[in-house]
Amino acid sequence: MISQIFILSSKGDHLIYKDFRGESGGDAVGVFYEKVTALTGDQPPVVMSHKGLHFVHVRQGGLYWVATTTADSSPFTIIEFLNRLSALVKDYCGSLSEKSVQMNFALIYELLDEAVDYGYIQTTSSDVLKNFIQTEAVSSRPFSLFDLSNVGLFGAETQQSKVAPSSAATRPIQSSREQGGKSEIFVDVIERMSVVIGSNGMLMKADVEGEIRVKCYLPNCSEMRIGLNEEFSIGKSQLRGYGAAVRVDEVSFHQMVRLDEFDSHRILRLCPSQGEQMVMQYQLSDDLPSAPPFRLFPTIERDSGGRLLMYLKLRCDLPPKSAAINVAATIPVPKGSLSLSQELSSPDQSAELKPQSRAVVWKIPRFTGGMQLSALFKLEVPGLSSASLLEVGPVGLSFELPKLTATGLQIRFLRLSPVQPGPSQRWVRVP
Amino acid sequence: MPYLGGEETVRELRRALSNPNVQSDQLRYRNTILKVIRAMSQGVDMSGLFSEMVKACATVDVVQKKLVYVFLCSYAALNPELSLLVINTLRKDCQDPNPMVRSLALRNMTNLRLPSLVEYVEQPLAAGLRDRAACVRRVAVLGWAKLHNLQASSEIDAAVVNELYSLLRDPDPVVMVNCLRALEEILKDEGGVAINKPITHHLLNRLKECDIWGQCQVLRVLQRYRPQSEDELFDILSLLDASLVSPHPPIMAATLSLFLSLCSGQPAVSLAALERVRGPLLAACGSGSREMRFTALCHIQLLLRSIPGLMGAHYKRFFCGYAEPAYIKQRKMQVLVELVNDENVAMLLDELKGYCTDVNAETAQAAITAIGRIGRSYSDRCLEILTGLLGLKQDHITSAVVQTMRDLVWVCPQCSDTVCFALEGCEETLQDSQGRQALLWLLGVYGERVSSAPYTLEVFIDGVRSEASLGVKMELLTATMRLFLCRPAETQDMLGRLLHYCIEEETDMCVRDQALLYYRLLHCGIEETRKVLQGRRSDPSLGVLIGRPAEPVSQWARSFNTLEPLRQGSIETESVSRGSPEHTMFDPKPNADLSNTLDCSRIEKVHSDGDGRCSDSSADILASSVAAPLSLSLFPALSPEEFERLWLQQLALHAEQEEAGKEDFVWMEECVRCPTIPRCSPQSLQAAMQLVNIQTLAFTPPQTLPWRVYLYTHTCLDDAPHSTLILGELLYTGEEPQKAEVHKGSADGGVGAEGIEDEQARQGMEATADGGQEAVKVTLRQQPRDDKALKGFLSILTTVLHTLSSERA
Repeated sequence: MISQIFILSSKGDHLIYKDFRGESGGDAVGVFYEKVTALTGDQPPVVMSHKGLHFVHVRQGGLYWVATTTADSSPFTIIEFLNRLSALVKDYCGSLSEKSVQMNFALIYELLDEAVDYGYIQTTSSDVLKNFIQTEAVSSRPFSLFDLSNVGLFGAETQQSKVAPSSAATRPIQSSREQGGKSEIFVDVIERMSVVIGSNGMLMKADVEGEIRVKCYLPNCSEMRIGLNEEFSIGKSQLRGYGAAVRVDEVSFHQMVRLDEFDSHRILRLCPSQGEQMVMQYQLSDDLPSAPPFRLFPTIERDSGGRLLMYLKLRCDLPPKSAAINVAATIPVPKGSLSLSQELSSPDQSAELKPQSRAVVWKIPRFTGGMQLSALFKLEVPGLSSASLLEVGPVGLSFELPKLTATGLQIRFLRLSPVQPGPSQRWVRVP
Repeated sequence: MPYLGGEETVRELRRALSNPNVQSDQLRYRNTILKVIRAMSQGVDMSGLFSEMVKACATVDVVQKKLVYVFLCSYAALNPELSLLVINTLRKDCQDPNPMVRSLALRNMTNLRLPSLVEYVEQPLAAGLRDRAACVRRVAVLGWAKLHNLQASSEIDAAVVNELYSLLRDPDPVVMVNCLRALEEILKDEGGVAINKPITHHLLNRLKECDIWGQCQVLRVLQRYRPQSEDELFDILSLLDASLVSPHPPIMAATLSLFLSLCSGQPAVSLAALERVRGPLLAACGSGSREMRFTALCHIQLLLRSIPGLMGAHYKRFFCGYAEPAYIKQRKMQVLVELVNDENVAMLLDELKGYCTDVNAETAQAAITAIGRIGRSYSDRCLEILTGLLGLKQDHITSAVVQTMRDLVWVCPQCSDTVCFALEGCEETLQDSQGRQALLWLLGVYGERVSSAPYTLEVFIDGVRSEASLGVKMELLTATMRLFLCRPAETQDMLGRLLHYCIEEETDMCVRDQALLYYRLLHCGIEETRKVLQGRRSDPSLGVLIGRPAEPVSQWARSFNTLEPLRQGSIETESVSRGSPEHTMFDPKPNADLSNTLDCSRIEKVHSDGDGRCSDSSADILASSVAAPLSLSLFPALSPEEFERLWLQQLALHAEQEEAGKEDFVWMEECVRCPTIPRCSPQSLQAAMQLVNIQTLAFTPPQTLPWRVYLYTHTCLDDAPHSTLILGELLYTGEEPQKAEVHKGSADGGVGAEGIEDEQARQGMEATADGGQEAVKVTLRQQPRDDKALKGFLSILTTVLHTLSSERA
């Protein structure tokens, strides 16, 4: 049971406030924000209490989504609902930001009104809700795929012109009525990978959490079939086909996915409703089928002037045809580091010392397979001791790999029925 | 939030709303209303526009209607009279052919929350229950709950309740679930909706039709159901098995909650269910939403209390991600500490070591504390890491390390050598008071082994004038006193200066009083001082030796799937003792150091003028039961290791000497009827025992079976020349008391002459009691043998137990 729901910007502006039960009263929003600002860290705990009022919140899109509730309600339900609510808002408004919420507040009130009654969750299915929601979304800028041709994406026109940026899917699901309807469907395979490599270069831990997401703008789509690699296998025992199998440990599917063809042909059948859905989630831990895409060779020493020298060599082990984009390496540095001087191997890279998070961030916009980049950082650290070297590391890397997955999972085809009229265009999206 | 120019905005908007040109233009009208709502949600008081907004309500534009209703529902309570005007429009809308308009009107009618409007609302609500559109019925059903809460004192309309019960069979699943919700609220005083067998089976059969929110609600309501037979129970369980491993965490959690409440009488089934949810819970731990990950982690901690080995193989899943927020990292470390075993300890410590230099100071400290906890079982490796961290010379890390070392030494005294060695020189980096207190405690207790201790203390004493922390000053006093006892030559001068300062110049009463106390104590002579100050160096409980036993599921089942596990302070953070360890341990007895030689004559006084824990009558019993003037004393103190050695040795000796027939010690067993004792909290038991100078060394947690307490004391009779040591065990197995013959058989060798007397006494006791009473078995070992003292002790113990138990009951 939910008493109130409110959305706050990170600066504490009231964006949305709805009181469902009129019981708690008072200035709950103020109390919540006071509690958030009273904390030193930037990450307030998920549950906070104040005089019998319990706040549960999630952070999405830089906003606080807060529900007040009673002590005995299920945290799983409330957190899932808040996440679902933010996903709905994202579907309906196109994107999730302070601006989009502010511009679409009438729509969000309408959504809340239909989704929750008297503190009880009624429905969050976009199929049901679309019959009730009347307000049109206001999107900050109308998006058209044709804009892409004049944007030189990451400087590689030949290949990139076929790749739509991640913003391609940030448009409201219902605006199609107005714009004459652009029937689009986006299928994303997104993998989050965490790899720990020991100082001796040994792979200590590797985890991949992946998901297939479908974002559907088709007004009338009765059935869709997604074909995965035929050699896709689940668990350790099962092996299919010859050669390198694509293997994951655990898979879970959305409840609407029908799996009658999954066992034989690895085909998922589903009737997507408008908006974004997580069709499939999977996990793989420990033995990856391919080597991790990057190797880092660090050398760290002190020079005679008491400065800290970090020489980093980063090698991209991808096949030469593919490339990683938006690579960022975060290198923790000793406390009290003052200034950074850098030598980077090409002008498009950049590096910056962030004293707040005590780290050097090295950014590489595009990194082709087989290449090797190096960087030399000199840090001014007052009172540098040999023990300070312990504070350097571990290095974190974040990157996007278009058209490549760590598990090797691929989408063979996507078929829709009834067949959509007009020519269809295929796009590959950058995650 | 104050909003400048609020009044100006209101005036401007009022002008626009009453402008006929705007009213005639659909789009402009709607946009003006949008502006009103926007200002309202930003916190500007818009109640002045109520009458204009009421007019705007009468429109065919559904979007505008919705907007106006948002406004009206927020401000209706401020303008009850004007709200009457809305009712007409709303009632008209309830007749609208469009079901969406009908449900909208009905919902907002009930959302106005005005008791004065109830009479107008009842009729449309009743009609709404029979509406052909499901969306109207959904709203109408909940509307009755809202109406009931508006006028909680009024009679419950039986006809409505019946209608709601019949709507449980509605074809629309949301209507069914809403009926459950409404009935729960309306019948709150009767304990909620009646959950009988037909309703339960109906709900279970329709579970699959509901969406996840509906399923959670149904599963929650079903927790009240008690199956009539075991077969029915297992039918329900197998029906719900698929939900237990549902990919949706809310359903999984609700189902597990239901399982635990249905199987409360069958621990084995509950444990099997916990094993089954391991997979889904771990998947939730890897969820994309970090709040969901956090929730799953907190609940995994609950599960681990009952099955410590549940996640052992999956420890890598609890390694912290690089960008995870601090609250997740800290929980993960708490889980990791529980999962440590011989195979993974190296890996785990390596990982934890990496977190010690985290940017977030709290995370770093949590990692250090976690290493300290692992150090209780793997002290060498952990001390190596901790000592290495001191080399970083960072104040927050050093402080956490010193505190961790203090806590570790308190539990594992064998680490003290390494710790003493590591302490040298770390006082320079310590900044915060917690860390300095820990350092002072260590220097005081192990001063004779840290060569630089007097110099370190001298620096502190020289700076005492500018010292702001009360805790540091108190700790400094005690540490200097302790050091004076073992290294008087080096310390005497500075102790004098410190006492002088604290007595003459210090403004804080606590510090001054403590200094005066020590000053007077020194007047009593060095031996007396030593007695008072040199207390324990280690944890008096056998916690580490016994280990933490698995708790029964029932201990936490009620808090599963509530906000409780997610709260900050709810998890037992055993190691976070921020003062000196002995203070936190002896909380119930603040003057532990001074009252070590209480004799029995004072007990009566303590009892009668005490804190009301013991009634006067029990004090009388106590006084009369002690025939001979017997006094108990805790000195000399007995360490847990010593206790364990004696206890086991005597056990072995007993077996041998039984044949020999001569012994210098005696052991006896006795049953005491005090049924509620095993449910009483360790603190109150310990406090009560300490009142009569019996030291408890180790407990099992309350509610666990078998329940044990180990204790010891020294007795001395006034007419006896020497004192005797008594070790004791209280055991409660939860079974019927064993028959007297069994006892006699097992114990007759040692009990000897007075055993027969006891036998008779016990039989007398049992005769008066009704047979089914639970009994606590008391096993005592005395050395050297002194029957009179043993009997005296037993009667004191019995009285204490009876007093406690009667107070519980």
